[in-house]
Amino acid sequence: MTPVLEVRELVKEYPGVRAVDGVSFSIAEGQCFGLLGPNGAGKTTTVEMMEGVTRPTSGSVLYRGEPLGPRFREEAGIQFQKTSLQEFLTVRETLALFSHLYPRGREVDALIETCALGEIADRDNRKLSGGQMQRLLLAIALANDPQVLFLDEPTTGLDPQARHNFWDLIRTIKRERRTVLLTTHYMEEAYFLCDVVAIMDRGRIIAEGPPSRLLREHFDDVVLELPREDFSGEAVDFPLPVLVASDRVEISTGDVEGALRALLDRGIPLRHLRIRPRNLEDLFLELTGRELRT
Amino acid sequence: MSPRRLLAVWHARNLEFLRDRSTLIFNFLFPLALVVAFAVIFGGQPRALFKVDVVLPAGAALDARLHPFLDTRYVDFVRIGPEDVDATIRKVGRHETDLLLDLRTAPRYWVNEDSPKGYLAEKLLLESAGGRATREPVFGAAVRYVDWLLPGILGMNMMFSCLFGVGYVVVRYRKSGFLRRLSATPVTAFEFGAAQVLSRLLLTVSVTSLLYAALALLVPFRNEGSTLLLLLVAVAGALAMISFGFMMAARFASEELANGAINLASWPMMLLSGVWFSLEGAPAWLQQAAKALPLTQMLVAARAVMLDGASFADVLPHLGWLAAMTLLFLGIAASGFRWRAD
Repeated sequence: MTPVLEVRELVKEYPGVRAVDGVSFSIAEGQCFGLLGPNGAGKTTTVEMMEGVTRPTSGSVLYRGEPLGPRFREEAGIQFQKTSLQEFLTVRETLALFSHLYPRGREVDALIETCALGEIADRDNRKLSGGQMQRLLLAIALANDPQVLFLDEPTTGLDPQARHNFWDLIRTIKRERRTVLLTTHYMEEAYFLCDVVAIMDRGRIIAEGPPSRLLREHFDDVVLELPREDFSGEAVDFPLPVLVASDRVEISTGDVEGALRALLDRGIPLRHLRIRPRNLEDLFLELTGRELRT
Repeated sequence: MSPRRLLAVWHARNLEFLRDRSTLIFNFLFPLALVVAFAVIFGGQPRALFKVDVVLPAGAALDARLHPFLDTRYVDFVRIGPEDVDATIRKVGRHETDLLLDLRTAPRYWVNEDSPKGYLAEKLLLESAGGRATREPVFGAAVRYVDWLLPGILGMNMMFSCLFGVGYVVVRYRKSGFLRRLSATPVTAFEFGAAQVLSRLLLTVSVTSLLYAALALLVPFRNEGSTLLLLLVAVAGALAMISFGFMMAARFASEELANGAINLASWPMMLLSGVWFSLEGAPAWLQQAAKALPLTQMLVAARAVMLDGASFADVLPHLGWLAAMTLLFLGIAASGFRWRAD
């Protein structure tokens, strides 16, 4: 079956820098595909080439097997990472503007309901909070009832509650069987929302697959986390490898009982102990040797 | 207030200004262009006291050997073609020219009975010719300066509204990323441009019409022609100037640069299109160059309607010019339009 979107050996060069370095992947119908990586990894450049707003240096982007054309523009919904809207318009007027740009524009009231904009529908779009603005931008991206939706760092800068509200919206959209391409540097977001993720670093894809499979392939252990002050002075003769971070220590092990015994033997308080499974952030660290949020 | 902080900010702003080459160039180029324009228009010989239009025999030159009057100093002799005689007689009637002298056969001249300058110019002519010239009296009140100036002021106001209203705004849309957002929709550059042009057209023509109506009440002025035709001239002129503004904004990403470029275009237009004064005394090449400006075409047509009662057929060539300019500017703008700032 022809993928909805396919990227082949995509390259983007700027003077003195190769922002995207031969990226290839494909996205199936109804899939939520996550493009992950730290700031500057090349995610936004890749996604902008896929959206047709940036011209690749080489390589190709295919929509349903064909180069991007008028059909793509009519069937794609795009939420840019940063965008400005026409000033002095209300939320409702802004949605009406974008809805009218498409032959199959959705009803404004339906967009307002989908994206929970009812309370602010008549507010000037310059007077929205970060979360409200992101919901409006998502509604704009849905204005043409798109088959494929691009979301570029949609929750960056939002507080945790606004972020979770936004995730609920994305889940609703996923249930409508739309194909979604999400870029994010929040691993938790990718884990919860994406069917498949591709991890980017320095313009290249370094791992790709369903999140749970990637974690299974690379890890067979869990992480024990303790506050750093509870562990002070005990790390020297500890029998397991210990990663010392600024505020905590992390002990990776497949033998949880043995690790707990070693901690108890040394009289280390376990009141603040946290055991967590491996996550995509650990995977990035494993693959690159660097922390993700740098 | 901290002088240290003030100095730091002052220094940083100076560096920014100096390093923004385009803005710097405009800041120096613009005043220079203004000086050059004034020098060309008002420079050269001292201003003449009288203006006399002369029809010469075929192949003859404006020379005192043809008639001693042509040797008179401080008179601006302007050669006109035989086909312009009727229009010039009307100008004598409106006091726009002091005398019309026809030297194709026996000297014959037209002078306005009510014009003081015409009276003096006539005295000079008869003195130099020993009284031998046929007199053709013309009657008519002088065109008041306000009647002549009013279309110019309204036209200038339209020009600024058209150029800045579209040019500056489009550049701001580009800089803020709004155009980039639109580029991801099916909207084409032509559609976007046409929408901007029509929106500004509605605003400019409405405001100008209101101004026209208000002025008609406050300062009753002369309109010999059809108000509807005048409206058509305004629409055609506004379309051409808005399209010009859109063309200027088709690629710029900096508001400062756009501001400089639009100023660079609008000020010469204001000086050369006959807003404040007629260019009749200016060099011929400058008059020809001025005809290529949309504001000139609009003002010539508007004055023809208001002062001479010109008909649709009379102003059709000007309307045609304006329409052609509109299409040319829009075509250039749409083909070179940039959605993104970078």
